[in-house]
Amino acid sequence: MKRIMKSEKHTLTMLVDNEPGVLSRVVGLFSGRGFNIDSLCVAETMDPKVSRITIVTQANQPLLEQIEKQLRKLINVIKLRDMSDDSSVRREMALICVQARPENRDEILRLVNLFRAKVIDVASNCYTIEASGDEDKMKALIGLLRPMGIKKIARTGTVALFREPKRGI
Amino acid sequence: MELTGAQILMEILKEEGVDTIFGFPGGAVIDLYDELIRSELRHILVRHEQGAVHAADGYARASGKVGVCLVTSGPGATNTVTGIATAYMDSIPMVIVTGQVSAHLIGNDAFQEVDIVGITRPCTKHNYLVNRVQDLARTLKEAFFIARSGRPGPVLVDIPKNLGLAKTDYQPIPPVSIKSYNPTYLPNMKQIRKALALLKTAKRPVIFGGGGVILSKASQELSTLAHALRIPVTTSLMGLGAFPGSDPLWLGMLGMHGTYRANMAISNCDLLIAVGVRFDDRVTGKTDCFADQAKIVHIDIDPTSIRKNIPVAVPVVGDCRQSLIALNRMITEEGLVASDEQRQEWLDQVLLWRKQHKLAYEQTAEVIKPQYVIEKLYKLTRGEAIITTEVGQNQMWSAQFYHFDRPQQFLTSGGLGTMGFGLPAAIGAQVAYPEQTVVDIAGDGSIQMNIQEMATAVQYKLPVKVVILNNRCLGMVRQWQQLFYDKRYAHTLFEHAPDFVKLAEAFGAHGLRATRPDEVEATLARGLAIKGPVIMDFVVESEECVYPMVPAGKPITDMLLV
Ligand SMILES: Cc1ncc(C[n+]2csc(CCOP(=O)(O)OP(=O)(O)O)c2C)c(N)n1
Repeated sequence: MKRIMKSEKHTLTMLVDNEPGVLSRVVGLFSGRGFNIDSLCVAETMDPKVSRITIVTQANQPLLEQIEKQLRKLINVIKLRDMSDDSSVRREMALICVQARPENRDEILRLVNLFRAKVIDVASNCYTIEASGDEDKMKALIGLLRPMGIKKIARTGTVALFREPKRGI
Repeated sequence: MELTGAQILMEILKEEGVDTIFGFPGGAVIDLYDELIRSELRHILVRHEQGAVHAADGYARASGKVGVCLVTSGPGATNTVTGIATAYMDSIPMVIVTGQVSAHLIGNDAFQEVDIVGITRPCTKHNYLVNRVQDLARTLKEAFFIARSGRPGPVLVDIPKNLGLAKTDYQPIPPVSIKSYNPTYLPNMKQIRKALALLKTAKRPVIFGGGGVILSKASQELSTLAHALRIPVTTSLMGLGAFPGSDPLWLGMLGMHGTYRANMAISNCDLLIAVGVRFDDRVTGKTDCFADQAKIVHIDIDPTSIRKNIPVAVPVVGDCRQSLIALNRMITEEGLVASDEQRQEWLDQVLLWRKQHKLAYEQTAEVIKPQYVIEKLYKLTRGEAIITTEVGQNQMWSAQFYHFDRPQQFLTSGGLGTMGFGLPAAIGAQVAYPEQTVVDIAGDGSIQMNIQEMATAVQYKLPVKVVILNNRCLGMVRQWQQLFYDKRYAHTLFEHAPDFVKLAEAFGAHGLRATRPDEVEATLARGLAIKGPVIMDFVVESEECVYPMVPAGKPITDMLLV
């Protein structure tokens, strides 16, 4: 019966009632039951009564099942979906303030182009870069910028959407 | 129709069939109370808000109805938390109405302001802060709907003071439905068929019932299943009474203080039908070893209970009663019967275990044994009393030595293990059933936690009987220290205690005491015959232990036996 289960990253998104305290119910569930949160994103949807919460968590299969069931049990959770595989698209965003010494500037701009990012602020000795992409892309960009000296970074969590069917494509 | 918030509250309570509420007033609910005395609702004034919640809880457990309490903001609200958590762990349907400071003051640290919705979020099934009087009726209706449907539980509604007198147009609310809340009552028939297939081939099946059987009123169906296929039955503490304690197929309770035969049967069965249980650690012991020879069918209305602690072969999400009805129907349709020879072998084995180790204690001439008191109580009440308990040894001995033949007869704090539960719960049960004998089997430690409710019992002429098994210590903790901490009794022995007889009299109740074994029966008989509330103080052996005992975290076959 016992199988060794691998713990993997999962992106769960849920539609919830847009009411005070709902986020606290969701987050409280995670802390109260010792589930982990890698990242969290919340915002209103097109329907102002409904918000979308996206949580990235680490869990093996039985734990993931338990997390999903516990979330569905919350009265304010309308719908929940695991958006971890190819049937969904996932993106995150970061603002990265990187040291821009004269000898680095070209390299930074090259990377910015390569990663389809943007320089959105230029100061005397640093650039602030806006970048978005999936987790791997963000990791790669940050990895390449790190040696030049990242002064500050602000990252969002992951947001995700289910891919709509592609009829006739 | 133009009504005030207070009038709307009374209106909805009436509509929901509430006839009695338990509460304690204060500034934030003064307008609600002012309306309450003009209504036909019965209000029981407790002496501490924890008592109100436990009493409403006892009322709900005994009657199956939603228990309701009303308390004020701040300290009134925080005093309810233990009671709410107790009800939440045991899935008891309740609506707790708390007062809140006026809406314009919320967030200002106003006098007696506390964020009770924040505090109780993790221990309620759901909770609400009502912002506008226009939302009050709908919110209250939702609260009752959520409390009693699906897996029941406590729901808290926090009402700011200014809503009490605020007026709004009131129209009766149509039956509530909530888009994101749809409990599954009817089981998936494919799963029932799978369960049936396992029943066909099982040689050594066991049924394990829990509180869910009582909550869904499925005892009859559980018995039908057990008798149709001659399957022995055990239950958790919360399930006691779901299957008659006098039935030959009864194994006794399982788990940490379960019977030898129940724990052995679970550990040797090849099929376990688990109904309305959540596999608490006090039941399973070491989970890897729990029923490790068995395929498990788990029926529960709450999907989160399934595969939370124990992997199962056939999960069935559904109401226990509906699921058992479906299973029983299929058994009848297929003409399934237990092969006599095979089943007899299994039942003989169970009988052998029963003979090998019975629940036992030794009553000498000098000192009263607590188990003896309970056995006598069982006899004198003909096994018919509603029993509540406190927590500790008193609770376990009650479970072992009082045999419960019907559901809603044994009311105990199973999940949270709340000392102080028994007396107020007995009051609630007595309110629900004024004619029945209701007994709180208590420890001398626990009874002191909500002893103030004796005044409530006296005021409302509720003839609850309190049987104190007075061992002058916090017995269950002392037992652990005796067995696992080399008898280092760290703060478990009371060096001072009240005189419980005088205490009873001070409250205006009757007090009786027995110190010798030959006084036990007469004292119980006298106490039970008294029309009003009584405290009976039984001075019992102080070093007695509850056996069998499975040390925490050990397989349930590792039993310390007498
Ligand atoms: C509110 C609360 N505090 C502490 C405990 C821990 N506890 C469990 S059993 C027990 C001893 C109870 O003593 P008593 O009521 O005298 O009952 P006995 O075990 O002696 O029958 C204690 C302290 C608890 N269950 N509940």
